[in-house]
Amino acid sequence: MRVVIAEDLALLRDGLTRLLTAFDCEVVDAVDNGPALLPALTRHRPDIAVVDVRLPPTFTDEGLRAAIAARAALPGLPVLVLSQHVEQLYARELLSDRAGGIGYLLKDRISHVRQFVDAVRRVAAGGTVIDQEVVTQLLARRGHDEPLAALTAREREVLGLMAEGCSNAAIAGRLFVTEKAVSKHINSILSKLDLPPADDVNRRVLAVLTYLNL
Amino acid sequence: MGWPSFTDTVAAARRRVLAVLSPVVRPGAVAAGCGLVVATLSLATGPVLIVLALASLLLVPVLGIGFALFPMVMTLVRAVANVHRRLARHSGVEIPVPYRPLPAGAGFGTWRRFRCTVGDPATWRDLAWLLPGTVAGAVLGLAASGPSGYGLEGLLGVPVLLYLSGHWHGYGAIWPTESLGQALLSIPQGLLILIPALVIARWFMWLHASFTRPFLRPTKAAELALRVTHLATTRSDTLDAQAAELRRIERDLHDGAQARIVALGMNIGLAEELLRRDPAAAQRLLADARQTSGEALTELRALVRGIHPPVLVERGLAGAVEALALTITVPVEVDLDLPGRLLPPIESTAYFAVAETLANITRHSGARRVWIILRHTPGRLTIMVGDNGCGGADPAAGTGLRGIERRLAAFDGTMGVTSPPGGPTVVMMELPCELSSPKTSPSSETA
Repeated sequence: MRVVIAEDLALLRDGLTRLLTAFDCEVVDAVDNGPALLPALTRHRPDIAVVDVRLPPTFTDEGLRAAIAARAALPGLPVLVLSQHVEQLYARELLSDRAGGIGYLLKDRISHVRQFVDAVRRVAAGGTVIDQEVVTQLLARRGHDEPLAALTAREREVLGLMAEGCSNAAIAGRLFVTEKAVSKHINSILSKLDLPPADDVNRRVLAVLTYLNL
Repeated sequence: MGWPSFTDTVAAARRRVLAVLSPVVRPGAVAAGCGLVVATLSLATGPVLIVLALASLLLVPVLGIGFALFPMVMTLVRAVANVHRRLARHSGVEIPVPYRPLPAGAGFGTWRRFRCTVGDPATWRDLAWLLPGTVAGAVLGLAASGPSGYGLEGLLGVPVLLYLSGHWHGYGAIWPTESLGQALLSIPQGLLILIPALVIARWFMWLHASFTRPFLRPTKAAELALRVTHLATTRSDTLDAQAAELRRIERDLHDGAQARIVALGMNIGLAEELLRRDPAAAQRLLADARQTSGEALTELRALVRGIHPPVLVERGLAGAVEALALTITVPVEVDLDLPGRLLPPIESTAYFAVAETLANITRHSGARRVWIILRHTPGRLTIMVGDNGCGGADPAAGTGLRGIERRLAAFDGTMGVTSPPGGPTVVMMELPCELSSPKTSPSSETA
């Protein structure tokens, strides 16, 4: 898998490169500012871009904007956005093109190396991985509004884990139920949310988008 | 043996005379000098300014010439009035400057400048002062300086010289001078005139200052208005500084400690993965991680010190300044006299003002020696920081000194800098404040 990294702090840039390389990813380019990202992506056409939210020159949400611009220029390019804090607002903006292939994670998650690399692979494959922090925020605040009101508490839990990017097997592991039960829940969720039959990945993404109120 | 020698007696007498005279001579001489300046200034500028002011006012309706001219004339008047205000300080009379600050972009000839000048009540009070001020300045200034000048003339023996050159006709009580002996008498006469003249010079100058004050000081309303303007400025400065400070802290945390802890997690996570596959690499990663954790702590510590130094909490201002002095590379002489703790915001402000000043010194001055004096008099904290470096520090030029000024201004504190090229530089800072708790004696102190 070919990766382009955008991270301004050398310490983290090198660490990420080392980590991804150890898991058989090829880091084809690592840039340290927002404006350099799009040219690098256009040139290398990687399988995924891993982007820090805060980048020079503005040190604001330069990385987020660069990621959104890159998605507009190269439709469907998988992007994993990393940050030291997560905002539901940013998650919504990232997902607004409803195409999937988006990840949005706290940098803390990198220390769970396997899960992190797994998330990178999922996003590269077109999945959606939203940080559990965002999901927790959502669970705390939402639940009564349409169309999620139709879901049972268990189904909302499953949907939350789907948003975090968990596979059926992972969800089953987390909730201590069988994988079969999970896929039953998921089918129920997809029909309650009135999602048209399509390939599994895309339906999952759409369910997550509904969940994130998009 | 028992008797003091003649020279000793003379020396003692001289000391005694000087002890009696010095409180008279020095301030008297200053007053007489001021009198001369006041009289000269009044006579030289008063009539001109009166004519110019009247003419420019009359010219306002005529072609609008006065519209540009009047503010110019008033700027001149203000400059002269400011000299009088400063001179009044020598007589112990404080006359604050009453003028409202001019808005930006109010150059001469602009409507805004004219409106500001006309709208400032101080302008009209200045005008009202011009005529009586000129007369009083001339009369009282001459009254203060004339007699002293005459006395000095006699004391210095000018009449003797003039008699010898055949030009002189008399001095003091002897009129006309008929012999050298009589001419020489002008010296003791001069002394007799000079001493009371110096005394009355002070009185006349005080009279002048007291006469000037009601005209040139701000009205109560103007004083309040100035105060409001000052408070508004310092408040917005404080808020700016605070916001900038918070941004700096956020940035430092984000790029510093927080990033290092992320890297730490990353290294440990990867090491965990590699433990079996590649133990040597895992060990390297763990060593990296340990180093990174140390760096994160160092950064956090530096940040905490920048927010509120722990030693300031533990030891108060004096202790913290002492601790600070030990950390800089230049030898620092510390002379601190602070009988108790100050209110925490004052302590913190004073501490950072000193820290910033010391940082400026180590950064720019190339000083070999630095001294810090800290004093508390009732209601006032005074800090002086001096160095023997290259001088030339200018609060208007650098952001460092300006920042200190702003910090202090939030508490009505002030800063003055003397820094001639070549040094030495002395930064003097004053903060109005009370002690929050008198220091307990060491014996009753508890740990």
